[in-house]
Amino acid sequence: MMNEVSSGIKIGIKIMPRDVILDTQGRAVENSMKLNGFALQACRVGKFLEMTLAGNDQAQARISVEKMLKQGGLYNPLIEKFEIQIL
Amino acid sequence: MGLKVGIARFLGTNCDEDVRKWVLSKSATADYLWYEDQFDPNAYDMVIIPGGFSYGDYLRCGALAALTPVMKSVREFAKKEKPILGICNGFQILCESGLLPGALLRNKDQRFKDQWVTLKVEQNKNHFSKKMTTGQILKLPIAHGEGNYYAEGDTLKMMADQNQIWLTYRQENPNGALMNIAGITNEKHNICGLMPHPERAQTTWMGSSDGAFFL
Repeated sequence: MMNEVSSGIKIGIKIMPRDVILDTQGRAVENSMKLNGFALQACRVGKFLEMTLAGNDQAQARISVEKMLKQGGLYNPLIEKFEIQIL
Repeated sequence: MGLKVGIARFLGTNCDEDVRKWVLSKSATADYLWYEDQFDPNAYDMVIIPGGFSYGDYLRCGALAALTPVMKSVREFAKKEKPILGICNGFQILCESGLLPGALLRNKDQRFKDQWVTLKVEQNKNHFSKKMTTGQILKLPIAHGEGNYYAEGDTLKMMADQNQIWLTYRQENPNGALMNIAGITNEKHNICGLMPHPERAQTTWMGSSDGAFFL
């Protein structure tokens, strides 16, 4: 039998500017790419967080991360939206 | 007895000393309030959150500072309807704390703006406008990368109806702020935030003495 040593659950959190927000950073990247001859229609810039949580209960991990997002101030619902991924 | 002012200080705050000198020049007393500590809300008459780059602007400007022990005390202080002023990063922290509505986004043209601005006092119904008149024009410096004020349409309308729009940019909007907003207050007008720096405009040799109207 193998020892049941859990290395934890890896969670990815994608945080993007909400669609109604004019994303100036994304627009600057978009313009720069176009200026260099690359074809693209739009670009938005957000951020990606990777977290490791103890245990192996994915549902529980998702709840914990949602709490961090909503109660812990990890994202600002006025200007951002998020997506949680189990990595 | 002079006014007792608490000045919040985070790692990355850089306008603390300027604000302290300004406060002391008004024959008030000033204590620094360290971000890791809570303070007794009854011990102060006013709290100022100075500008800077608390937590290196990580995650979002003001977001991590909003979660610190000192801000727990600032919330209690706010409940007592005592005056709170947030300048620049202090304004961002107040928005992230939910003590002021809205958020401050990256400047519209992506650039850090370090320049003089002309402001109009839209209403003088708050503690930091006692020496101002509505409609007065002020000259103050700005220095920020994220001063583009954003709030939802209905929030903006409510703010306008409740006289919460305090200062607006005239002539030029340097950052893309909605409705040219440079400074706002909460509903009760005891909490005020602005992007420009009144502490940097206290005497004519600084370029303007209009910052003296705030205290």
